[in-house]
Amino acid sequence: MLSGAPQYLVSGLTQGAAYGLIGLGFTMIFNTTGIINFAQGEFVMLGGMLAVWFAASGLPLVVAVLCACLATAVVGALMERLAIRPLAGAPAINAVIITIGVSILLRGGAMLAFGKDTVALPAFTGTAPILALGAAIQPQSLWVLAVTLALLAALKLFFAATIQGKAMLACACQQKAASLVGISVARMALLSFGLSGLIGAAAGAILAPITMTAYDVGMMLGLKGFAACILGGLGNPFGAAAGGLVLGVLEAFGAGYVASGYKDAFAFVVLLLLLFVKPSGLFGQAGVERV
Amino acid sequence: MRVHAVVLAFCAAILSALPAFAADPVRLGAVLSVTGPASFLGEPEKNTIQMEVDKINAAGGVLGRPLEVVILDDETDVNKAVLATDRLLKKEQVSAILGPTTSGNSLAVMAKAAAAKVPLVSCSAAEKITKPVNPYVFKVAPSDRLAAARILSHAKKQGYKKLAILTVSDGFGQAGREVLKELVPAGGFELVADEVFGPKDTDMTAQLTKIQGASPDAVICWGTNPGPAVVAKNRVQLGIKTPLYMSHGVASKKFIELAGEAAEGLLLPAGKITAAEKLPDADPEKALLVAYTKGYGERYSAPVSTFGGHGYDSLHLVVDAINAAGSDKPQAIRDALEKTKDFPGVGGIFSFTPEDHAGLGPDAFIMLGIANGDWVIVGE
Repeated sequence: MLSGAPQYLVSGLTQGAAYGLIGLGFTMIFNTTGIINFAQGEFVMLGGMLAVWFAASGLPLVVAVLCACLATAVVGALMERLAIRPLAGAPAINAVIITIGVSILLRGGAMLAFGKDTVALPAFTGTAPILALGAAIQPQSLWVLAVTLALLAALKLFFAATIQGKAMLACACQQKAASLVGISVARMALLSFGLSGLIGAAAGAILAPITMTAYDVGMMLGLKGFAACILGGLGNPFGAAAGGLVLGVLEAFGAGYVASGYKDAFAFVVLLLLLFVKPSGLFGQAGVERV
Repeated sequence: MRVHAVVLAFCAAILSALPAFAADPVRLGAVLSVTGPASFLGEPEKNTIQMEVDKINAAGGVLGRPLEVVILDDETDVNKAVLATDRLLKKEQVSAILGPTTSGNSLAVMAKAAAAKVPLVSCSAAEKITKPVNPYVFKVAPSDRLAAARILSHAKKQGYKKLAILTVSDGFGQAGREVLKELVPAGGFELVADEVFGPKDTDMTAQLTKIQGASPDAVICWGTNPGPAVVAKNRVQLGIKTPLYMSHGVASKKFIELAGEAAEGLLLPAGKITAAEKLPDADPEKALLVAYTKGYGERYSAPVSTFGGHGYDSLHLVVDAINAAGSDKPQAIRDALEKTKDFPGVGGIFSFTPEDHAGLGPDAFIMLGIANGDWVIVGE
């Protein structure tokens, strides 16, 4: 009965790392602007689709992935500039609804630009599986975990050691005070959307060789990422990453031991149960203001 | 002022209709899923029908009259398919209906065509469309049963005893699952595992790990892209060497593209159009298939598919029946359709009888293997 366990764990951690990255994107924007960006899943889709498109137009794979991340970062920044900033002063819920609109727009645009087919990105370093501890690991899974860790470390450094990062934290903490000491809150919001686009796209591009991608994958991935950051505690970037891993592993074991048809339901059932018990999430402090 | 405009419009209409033919056109209707989830089926069907209508008209039309097909899009929606059928029967007064694209829509509109005594040639595959036989309803897409039988006859030859099935939890997959659960034991095999995956799932390692636990001689995976490509990738990832059969649902280059190296060595039943170039020259269908592939590629710069072939077959069977009957009256078309014998279409050689309105035999499918990212025709 436990024969598949190592395999499920590996699959779960891989998927979970991606959910964590997506959750991280949600958290960054929430911390700086106080809104939940429901176009986050679309950033992930764009990362995958653009990487495939850049690769198909002849760029080397690494360059294609980097270009996809940068292009999506620009999309994120544009979104903040054109759709979110004009709402300054309006209640946060208005901005949240706008993000839903933007997500529909991006999905439709991707459908028209890239077509309706599912597309695949080649794996970064071959597909020969590595056998370890009774599980077959795809080299791409290691890439997913490595990139996730690298991004987390880079963000940690960014928040702890750079003036921009500290300014973002200050905005998250107390916007009015931050602007009083000369931090441009608007610029921080722009930066957080751009970074969020970058991180989401990275998740999409590293996951694409394993799961393939299409214009409409953003919705589900976005929901899973949102669940990850609620699970970890909204507002805590590293909680989001941990929440993602927990979610991915639960899903994989649920699919393996219970029924694969209900895979998507497990994540949300667990999330609901946890919120009944501990409304602030696994790592969140109680009293976080909710939208 | 208004009278003026009406007269002008009238003159314009007459002028535009003049150059080609003076006679009344032969009017057919089509209900296709050009958009929506089944657009990958409906779009090539529509393209093919338009291309063939132009070809037929360039060659002098039907019965010396121009051929006109009114194509309506049902957006892969049952209600819209019913409305479109109503419009074709009542407002457009068509002599026959091509389509619908999907089985669900076909089942929903069949009765309407029959009540109006207008023949309907469906482009979908469900057996229920022609079983029991409805005198006015025909279909051109081969039944899942034929594809499953083709896989099982190959498995029999290889001496496999224990089979596992892995199907997608949508209409196509569940229909296939029913057929397989009936045919596998009936063919003298043992069904050792029966697993299901969701249409949007991106990781099937759990199901494959379970299937491996039952140690089958071969696995049959039944679905449409992208699921089966994930199954192929996971199989390589888990180092599984058990032979894997796919269904005709992924019989296109798209699947090889998605699965990449993981597609190597897989087997699947497919219509001859999938590997037209590779058919032996003696094959009676080869010339037709190669010509269709070439024409479609030139006009739409897209690869040809089995699905577009269903559009070709439904149109040409009706045109053939009109020519045979020498009339475009719905009843005459129906009677002539039922007498169709050895008609070479894209999907196979059609022969309808009063008891059989599906018209295809087991030779509609050939067994294909995948090697070096291309098809190879495998013998029995």
